[in-house]
Amino acid sequence: MSILVIAEHDNSSLKQATLNVVAAAKAIGGDIDVLVAGENCGAVAEAAAKAEGVNKVLVADNAAYGHFLGENLGELVAEVGKGYSHVLAAAGTTGKDFMPRVAALLDVAQVSDIIRVESDDTFVRPIYAGNAIATVKSGDSIKVITVRPTAFDPVAAEGGSASVEQLDVVKDAGLSSFVKEELAQSDRPDLASAGIVISGGRGMQNGDNFRMLENVADLLGAAVGASRAAVDAGFVPNDMQVGQTGKIVAPQLYIAVGISGAIQHLAGMSDSKVIVAINKDEEAPIFQVADYGLVADLFEAVPQLEEELKKVL
Amino acid sequence: MKVLVAVKRVIDYNVKVRVKPDNTGVDLANVKMAMNPFCEIAVEEAVRLKEKGVASEIVVVSIGPKAAQEQIRTALALGADRGIHVETDEEVQSLEAAKLLKAVVEKEEPKLVILGKQSIDSDNNQTGQMLAALTGMGQGTFASEVVVEGDKVNVTREVDGGLMTVSLNLPAVVTTDLRLNEPRYASLPNIMKAKKKPLDNMSPADLGVDIAPRLTTLKVEAPAARQAGVKVADVAELVDKLKNEAKVI
Repeated sequence: MSILVIAEHDNSSLKQATLNVVAAAKAIGGDIDVLVAGENCGAVAEAAAKAEGVNKVLVADNAAYGHFLGENLGELVAEVGKGYSHVLAAAGTTGKDFMPRVAALLDVAQVSDIIRVESDDTFVRPIYAGNAIATVKSGDSIKVITVRPTAFDPVAAEGGSASVEQLDVVKDAGLSSFVKEELAQSDRPDLASAGIVISGGRGMQNGDNFRMLENVADLLGAAVGASRAAVDAGFVPNDMQVGQTGKIVAPQLYIAVGISGAIQHLAGMSDSKVIVAINKDEEAPIFQVADYGLVADLFEAVPQLEEELKKVL
Repeated sequence: MKVLVAVKRVIDYNVKVRVKPDNTGVDLANVKMAMNPFCEIAVEEAVRLKEKGVASEIVVVSIGPKAAQEQIRTALALGADRGIHVETDEEVQSLEAAKLLKAVVEKEEPKLVILGKQSIDSDNNQTGQMLAALTGMGQGTFASEVVVEGDKVNVTREVDGGLMTVSLNLPAVVTTDLRLNEPRYASLPNIMKAKKKPLDNMSPADLGVDIAPRLTTLKVEAPAARQAGVKVADVAELVDKLKNEAKVI
């Protein structure tokens, strides 16, 4: 078996999610190649070559791939992927965008968002917002798979010594072009891979109050998230959303503040190692999954938390 | 221009999902069904495009059992002009759904196809992208804004870390994300009028598409339940537990 992993990156650095996907590839078993498609992405290819367990890094460096447009990546990956038994990518917004195109061009089904590998053709994935877990078997010759990164422990970023090979395949579908990007500027860690996440819900009352969470986050080196209710209420942007319709996180510590614990939120964070809930409603369902629950008014508890943390950190 | 909207009949999002005791799937017997929430957003966007004078006709298509007509009628009540029901009692997976929709696209030749980004039952997030690939169209996935300008559509996409805007040649496929719009409710007079709007019925065989599934579901289980922990008295105790018991800070 031979597995092609599509690297997730921003043209300058390799995203950790790629290491999680390589781990999923190792669970399937076989030679693992990594495709780095981007523009001026040599540093990414070098980083990928050092990842544990990688056999070969293929680099497609062209302006057509600079913004990871699904139309162009889809054609490239379908072409390169033909020679492999499995094609894997992280189930982030980039992978979710181009991978179904790959599957359709190869005339195979895609298995989305897997959380476990049972065998080389059988995979486990959540359905119904995580309320059911399905085991599915693919009968296709090439398995196109997106991987939930948080479900697999990453392989080591260092220690490998894969060969790097330049690909001369330029696929510009000519269907789409990049206009602009508005990425949130933050010195805090990326929500999806942060070791600690502190999230606010509707109980935060407004966007300004998220400042309280940011203060705590900065003490802990944490990322700040939000429930869908907080996003729908317009407190914070959607890229902060944790839940089935947002980001799936599984940090060492998840602190839910003013979040009731709707099923759709739990689906996005219940794999966290330790969960803390702060909510004034004793009956809130979030307490049913929390390791440590504090029934308190968040407007008193969060500033206190900041003070207590200053004492011990 | 003509807009095609695909909608799916799924379990109502308020219903508590229960796995069948024999682990063959989720129990859908006597469960309330509804239009997939992301598909409602797709219908709403098409209706808004029509209200702005950008869209001239909205065709709504659904693949599924006879009862999926209810969701088509809902879309007609919300403002779609006519419906197409691709009727089958078989399970239709994403690739096969995309092939059926491709056949409908070839018949209808819409300038824009709008779908939900994913259905809340299978959670695949595939059909729109697959349809775009099969028809050779560009795709604006996870859309939070759709602006048609001449022979192009600008789609602002919800991506990890923020927003990204792409320009697509028409015809194109758009898949909706949550913040694209807030769907309206159908009024009673419009629900009555919708009953008279045209609805074509056809089978996958009529469209020449083989819908045999590629993936086999071996079992469906309930997720492992997480045990509730302890309540702490105050913030000081919480910080102490996190530091000395859980050792996560």
